[in-house]
Amino acid sequence: MTADAVVVGSGPGGAAAAEVLVRAGWTVTIVEKGRNHLVDPAQPEHLLEHFSNDEVKFFHRHFLGPDPLTEPRTFRAGPADGDHSLVGEVNSIPSTVGGGGVHADGKVPRFREEDFSLRSAFGPVEGASVEDWPLSYDELEPYYAEAERLIGVAGDGSANPFAAWRSGPYPMPPGAPMYGATLSARAASRLGLHPYAAPTAANSIPYDGRPACNNCGFCAFFGCPIHAKGDPVAMLQRALASGRAELLAETFAARIVTRGRRATGVEVVAADGTTRVIGARAVVVAGGAVETPRLLMLSGFDHPELGRNLMVHFQTIAFGVMDHDLHAERGRAVTHVHDDAVVVDEAARQAARQAGLPWVRGGLVEHGGPALPVAEAKRYPWGPKHKSLMEASPMRKRLWAFTMQGEDLAQPTNRVDLDPSVRDARGFPVARLTYAPHRHELVASDHHRRALVEMFAEMGAVGVGVVTTPAVPGELGWEGPSSAAPSSHHVMGTTRMGTDPRTSVVDAFGRLHGLDNVVVVDSSVFVTSAGYGPTLTLVALALRAASALAGSSDALQGGAVE
Amino acid sequence: MPQWLTDGEYRTLSAACARLIPADDTPGAVEAGAAEYIDGLLGAFTVDPPRIWAGGPTSGRHGGAAGFGRFLELGRLEDLAWRMRIEGSDGRPEREFNGPVTGWQERYRRGLAALGSDFPEVDGAEQDERLRSAGDFTDLLYEHCCEAMYGAPEYGGNRHGMGWDAIGYAGDVQPRGWTDTEVSSP
Repeated sequence: MTADAVVVGSGPGGAAAAEVLVRAGWTVTIVEKGRNHLVDPAQPEHLLEHFSNDEVKFFHRHFLGPDPLTEPRTFRAGPADGDHSLVGEVNSIPSTVGGGGVHADGKVPRFREEDFSLRSAFGPVEGASVEDWPLSYDELEPYYAEAERLIGVAGDGSANPFAAWRSGPYPMPPGAPMYGATLSARAASRLGLHPYAAPTAANSIPYDGRPACNNCGFCAFFGCPIHAKGDPVAMLQRALASGRAELLAETFAARIVTRGRRATGVEVVAADGTTRVIGARAVVVAGGAVETPRLLMLSGFDHPELGRNLMVHFQTIAFGVMDHDLHAERGRAVTHVHDDAVVVDEAARQAARQAGLPWVRGGLVEHGGPALPVAEAKRYPWGPKHKSLMEASPMRKRLWAFTMQGEDLAQPTNRVDLDPSVRDARGFPVARLTYAPHRHELVASDHHRRALVEMFAEMGAVGVGVVTTPAVPGELGWEGPSSAAPSSHHVMGTTRMGTDPRTSVVDAFGRLHGLDNVVVVDSSVFVTSAGYGPTLTLVALALRAASALAGSSDALQGGAVE
Repeated sequence: MPQWLTDGEYRTLSAACARLIPADDTPGAVEAGAAEYIDGLLGAFTVDPPRIWAGGPTSGRHGGAAGFGRFLELGRLEDLAWRMRIEGSDGRPEREFNGPVTGWQERYRRGLAALGSDFPEVDGAEQDERLRSAGDFTDLLYEHCCEAMYGAPEYGGNRHGMGWDAIGYAGDVQPRGWTDTEVSSP
């Protein structure tokens, strides 16, 4: 079997690329190693009914995968830890049709102009690899706008004074603010901060044939039972409805087959365990910033920068206990955010100078609360106090949190490679993450947490604490070496984009330096992490990369394997 | 009649659950069905499809059809993962690609035995002492008790939603959801 393109991965990046390619008349085979709980490939207008408001299934029984027993990853903070200090779940994004889009609560901000030229704007940082992107915000803006239309994003384009310029309004107005967010947004405003309705990929009104969100509250970590989340459902549906795309679930891409500088297909392990090659004129890789470099390494692709400059968001989480119920189980998990900690102001410069750094940047701050009682129950001790704690519920009903998605500077020593001994159930080496934060992240976290704590004082919280992930030794949240593993699902940077083939793995259109018809369309290509969730930016980049691929006659010169 | 445990193990399990989440003026883990939940999990593969993932999209408790009761099929690797987790690797090469795995069945069988066959009869202080010395096993048991107490009733616990009622939690609210006013007001 042969297709014009094999797309590896059905998440937001793969789905966006597939939609663009079928629109250009290409035939596309999408291979996804996880299950299909999303869409009937034969009748793509029919969305499946497997998702539900079920905490046990989604949060405690690995429904969206990957299962850490059959598809583990490993982690170490550095070579001093030996081969690895943790085997199991490490920065896992769902392994399922729809990928990370299925479990995300759909917060989809754009980056700002300066995020694409960090080195020019702020200068280098010792020990980090701060570089400019090979493209500007202005070049990407039309694709951002298209991504917002294709996914369906609700937001208010005038509400954030720090936002980058926009060519038009959001496709939908914001949805209902959560009660807790009305309190925290008011507190933030009183302190001179600038909270606004979070751009959210959940319908606030019926859109694109899918219903408006009905605020069920099972948003972050859950598939949407009514399919009000559009990412990447809508793009997959349109790709499949064209008749030119097919979706093969439970199909693992084991190796990109090459001849010289060109890929000729993808060797896959199918659902029944058999191996075969799908011939392709081009290969589009959208496995995410861990599985994409793993696939390239399993394929024998050799580049000194491959897997390096792994970035996550350094999350600083301030939590405050209120004296009354905030019912955060109602609504879209997070409805307000603010960007003030992204902006390098005089106070941030001063904090940087005191620490001997040229500058520090924080990240987007999300206002949200917990929703899940089983997760809450597991945090309390067993015994006679358990039930009174659950009734008073300081860790759920009365808890609010500010989560800063702190910018993480790229470091060549932070990387993905193949673990020397741990295998997945199919027998392939798993990805190993080697990661430790740069001092920049620690200083930025330390500086910006003060504003988070002040907001809780302004809200009248009766108790406040701050934790980070990754945890830092000696601080709240440190539970030994395994807590050094970051738990952020925002993973970026392992096939870095750039114009110089010696210092970057892909070009400005995601094309691998060295394999002319292989294009990466996920957050692997990010040069910097910014302080914003990666999804909308990776979708915009995927639309741009796939448009270039479809417009390139060169891409179609590869010979398919018969 | 327990599905997987012996009657004696089931009695010890129930007594242990009663110490972890005791009843007071509202029900505790035993009343909520924690022992049934755990026994059902250990014996998940005695039914087809196995009782791992309840169906969707609604339970019928807030409208819609009662879809949770139709459990979902597992894929090939998911079946492998859950058999490894519950049954252990059992010396089978296809389950030992990263070495032997001890399953929950064996951990429960050993853990309950270590609590002692007289566990249901000894006093509460002694039961707590034995649970504390059981370490990892008690951690596992407590996690499952929490799931039984506050998870969806279709898994065998949270009988009639009594765990949710005790904490004023509405549970799965689809297809009703919440109105914008309910979301934004105190």
